[in-house]
Amino acid sequence: MRWGEVVRRLILIPPTLFGVAVIVFVLLRVVPGDPIAMMIPPGASSEDILRLRVFYGLDQPMLQQFITWLGQALRGDFGRSISVHQSVFELVLARLPATLELALLATLIAIVLGLITAMIGIHLRGRRAEWVVDGGVGILLAIPDFLWALILLLLFGVLIPLLPISGRIDPQLDFSFRSNFYLLESLLTGRFDIANALLRHMILPALALALPFAALVARILKTSLAEAEDQDYAQIARARGFSRPEILLREVFPNALIPTVALGGVQGTLLLGGTVLVERIFSYEGIGNMAIDAVINRDFPLIQGLVLTFAVLFIALNLAVDLVVTLLDPRLRHG
Amino acid sequence: MTTVLSVQGLQVAIGKGAHAANVLRGVSLELQPGEVRGLVGESGAGKSMLGRAVLGLLPANAAITAGAITFAGRDLLAMGEPGRRGLLGRSIALIPQDPMTSLNPVKRVGHQIAQLLRHHLALSKREARERAADLLAEVAIREPRRVLDLYPHEISGGMRQRVLIAMAFACDPALVIADEPTTALDVTVQRQVLQLVERLRQRHGSAVLFITHDLGVVAKLCRTMTVLHAGRVLEEGETAEVLARPRHPYTRALLAATPRADRPAEALRPVPPVLIESLWSEAYRLDRLAVVGTA
Amino acid sequence: MVDLALAGPAAPQSRWIAAVKRGGARLWLGASLVGILALVALLAPLIAPHHPLEQDLMSAQLPPAWVTGGEAAYWLGTDSLGRCVLSRLIYSARTAVAVALIAASLAAAIGIALGLIAGSFGGWVDQAISRLIDVWMAFPPVLLSIVLAAVIGAGLTSVIAAIVVVDWTRFARVVRAETMVQLRRDYAAAARVIGLSRGGLLRLEILPNLVPLVVTLLAVEMGIAILVEVILSFVGISVAGDVPTWGGMIAEGRQIVYQAPWIMALPIGCIIASVIGFNLLGDGLRIVLDPVQRQ
Repeated sequence: MRWGEVVRRLILIPPTLFGVAVIVFVLLRVVPGDPIAMMIPPGASSEDILRLRVFYGLDQPMLQQFITWLGQALRGDFGRSISVHQSVFELVLARLPATLELALLATLIAIVLGLITAMIGIHLRGRRAEWVVDGGVGILLAIPDFLWALILLLLFGVLIPLLPISGRIDPQLDFSFRSNFYLLESLLTGRFDIANALLRHMILPALALALPFAALVARILKTSLAEAEDQDYAQIARARGFSRPEILLREVFPNALIPTVALGGVQGTLLLGGTVLVERIFSYEGIGNMAIDAVINRDFPLIQGLVLTFAVLFIALNLAVDLVVTLLDPRLRHG
Repeated sequence: MTTVLSVQGLQVAIGKGAHAANVLRGVSLELQPGEVRGLVGESGAGKSMLGRAVLGLLPANAAITAGAITFAGRDLLAMGEPGRRGLLGRSIALIPQDPMTSLNPVKRVGHQIAQLLRHHLALSKREARERAADLLAEVAIREPRRVLDLYPHEISGGMRQRVLIAMAFACDPALVIADEPTTALDVTVQRQVLQLVERLRQRHGSAVLFITHDLGVVAKLCRTMTVLHAGRVLEEGETAEVLARPRHPYTRALLAATPRADRPAEALRPVPPVLIESLWSEAYRLDRLAVVGTA
Repeated sequence: MVDLALAGPAAPQSRWIAAVKRGGARLWLGASLVGILALVALLAPLIAPHHPLEQDLMSAQLPPAWVTGGEAAYWLGTDSLGRCVLSRLIYSARTAVAVALIAASLAAAIGIALGLIAGSFGGWVDQAISRLIDVWMAFPPVLLSIVLAAVIGAGLTSVIAAIVVVDWTRFARVVRAETMVQLRRDYAAAARVIGLSRGGLLRLEILPNLVPLVVTLLAVEMGIAILVEVILSFVGISVAGDVPTWGGMIAEGRQIVYQAPWIMALPIGCIIASVIGFNLLGDGLRIVLDPVQRQ
C-alpha cells in the first residue's frame, strides 16, 4: 500500500463518520419514541416536560439540532446523556476500557484456537479425519456469538456452576485503579487476586465472542494453507529435500497468513459488534451493554456517542488490518 | 564409473482400479556422470512424470507400478522418505519450469538460496550468504549482493530462472533434472539460459536430464537424447545420430514439425499408439532387413 | 487398467444427478433440517398439543415430562405463566419461518437491484452506491437493528424492516462484484458487439450466472434472519408480547435460568438446528449449482 493510499484512507475517515452521524441523527428524530417521555417520573407537569425539552435542545428544528450537536462534537463535547445525566464523553470513556479488554482477550483466544485448529486440519489433509475438523469448524461457525453466550451461561454458569455469569468483578473486592483498564492494571501492579476475579468474570463472555471468530480464522487459515501448499514453490521445496512440516511452517505459513489476516481481520468487526449482546447476556459493564439501555431509553445523545464510538473502532480496525497485510506481503509495498 | 542414473522398465499409472491409465509404460534410461541427455516428446508423453518419479514427487493419484530407479548405485524406490530428502536438493536437483511461480513470493532471494545451503551443507549464516552471492555471480547476475536482498517480484523472469538454476547447482549435484526450463522464456533469453546450464554443468560436474519438447534446444545442448511417446521410449542415442538418421517415423515427423529457418514446418499429426506399435515393429523389421540385407 | 490413449470418453451421467451427488451429505442434511422446520411451521395448529397462549397458572414452571415433577400433559414443561413450552416452540417456528422468508427475500431484492445497478453502470453511480454501502457497513449490525426496531416500535414489520435494512448490503456487495466480473468477460463484450442492449445483457447473460450465488446467499440470509429476530426478541423489541418467538422464550428463560433452565435451553436448540440447517442447505446448493464445478 503506497503511502498515498494510507493518506487517502485517513482522509476518508471524517466524511464516513459524518455520514454515520447524519444517519443516526435523522433516524432517531424522524421516527416515534420520545426520550423525555422515557425518563420523566409519572405525574410530572407539562412545564417540567417543556423545560426538559428545551434543556436538551429537543424543541429546535432538526437541522438546528444537528448543527449544534456537530459544533459541540467537534470541540469534544458530545452532550449529556438524557437517561444518566452525565457527559456522554465521560460515560463512554468510563466503560470503553472494559469492552476493549474483553474484545482483546476474545481476539487472543480466537487466534490461538484458530491457529491450532488450522494446523491440525492441514496436518490431516487428505486423510479421513480431515472432515472431522472441517465439520467441527462448520458447526462452530454456524452458531453466533450471542448463542454461544447463552449456551456457555447455561453450561458453566447454571448446570455446572463453575463461573459467575454477571458483572465485571465481585462487588466486595477492594481496589482502586487509576484507569478503567482493570485487567491491565491488576496484572501490572501484581494484584493477581483482582486479576483472577476479573478473568473469572471475563472468560465466559470472551469465549462466546471468540468461538465463532476462531472458527472463521481456522477455516480461512486452513484453506489458505492448503492453497499455498499446492503452489509451485511449495512443491519445489519438496524437491529440495525439505520435509512437509518444515515447508508448512517456513514457506507456506507466511504466505497463508496474508489472506487470513485480510479476510479474517475484517471480520473482527463482527466480534466488536458482538459485544453488544454478549455483554448484555452477562451483565458485563461495557459500552455494548450501555448501548442497549441507551436504545431502550431513546437516549439520543448517548446513542449518537456510542454509534460514533463503534464506527471509529471499526474504521480503526479495518485500517490496522490493511496495514498489517501490507507488512506481511512484500508485493503490496511498492505499488 | 558408476552410472549416475539408471531407470529400468519404469511403469507409472494414474488413478486406481478400472479407471487407471498408464502414463509410463516400461521406460528405461541411463545417465553417465557428466552426460547431458535430452528427453523429448510432445505434451502428455510422460516426460515430466519421469522426472517426478525420479525425484519421488509423483502427484497423489499417481503411483509406480513396476520398474526400478537407481541413483549412483542406490535404489531410490526402496529408500525411505528421510533418505531421499538427504539426496534431493543436494545430489539430485531440479530446475523447475515456471520461474514466475517457483520462488516463494514473500521471502527474499538471498534468504531462499541461503536456506538451501544451510540445510544441506550446514553453513553458517554468513558463509551461506557469501556462497549465495557467488552462485548469483556464476549465473551472470550483476550486483549479486543487491539481488540477494530483493524479493522475487522485484526481478525479471529471466533473472528468476537464473536464480533457480543457481539453486539447482548450489550443492554440486551429481544429477540435475531440468524440467522444461526454457519453455516459459522467450527465444533470446533461452539462449542465455542454455549457455548458463552448460557452463554450470561443466563447472560442477553434473549430469543433466533435460526435459523438453523443443528439438532445437536438444540439438544445441544435449549430447544424447531419448524420444518418448505415449509413455514409451521410441528412440535413443547420440543426438547428432538421432536427428540425422531418425529410425522411427514418429521421430521423423517430430523433426519435420520443428520450425526451421529454411523450410516450413509440417504439422505433427497425432498418431494413435496402436499405429505406433505397428509402425515400430515395421521399422524394426526394416532395420533388421537393413542389417541383415545389403541396404 | 486402461491404456491412456485407447480409453474412449466415459458414459455421460446426467449432469443433475452428478451434481446432486456432489452436494452430498450437506445438501441432504440441510434440506432435511429446513424441511422439518417448514413442516412444523406449516402444520403448527395441527401438531401443537396446546394453544401457545393458553395459561395454566397452577402448572407453572413444570419441568419436561421425563424429569421428576413433570407431567405427561406438558411434554417439555411449562413456563412461568403455565404455557406449554412445546406448543410455544412449535408456534415460534411459524414466526421464525415467516420472518426468515419475507425478510431474506426483501433484503435480496433490494441488495440485488442496487448491486446490479452499481456493477453495470459503473462510474459515479457505482461510487455513490459503494460509498453508501461503506457507511452502512460501518454501523455495528446488531446496534443498527436494535436502533431501528426500537425506533419503529415492536411488531413483525419492524423486525423484518430491521433485517432488510441491515443485511441488504451483503447481497449488494456480492452482486456488484460478480456483475463487474461478468461484464468484463469476453462473452459480454461479444454480446454487446452483436447488439445486445445493456438490459438484455443483464437479463440473458448475467442474471443466470448470478443465480447460484444468490440462492446460496438467500439460504444463509434466512438463517441470519432467524438470528436477528432472536436478538431483537431477546432485547425486548420484537413482535408484540403474545406472539411466541424463540427469542422471546430465551429472554424469559434468562430471567429464571436457575429455576427453569429448560425454558432457555430448548429454544436455543431449535435455533441452532435451524441455522445449521440453512447453512448446510446454502453450502450444498452452492456446490450443486456452481457452473464451474459442474464440469
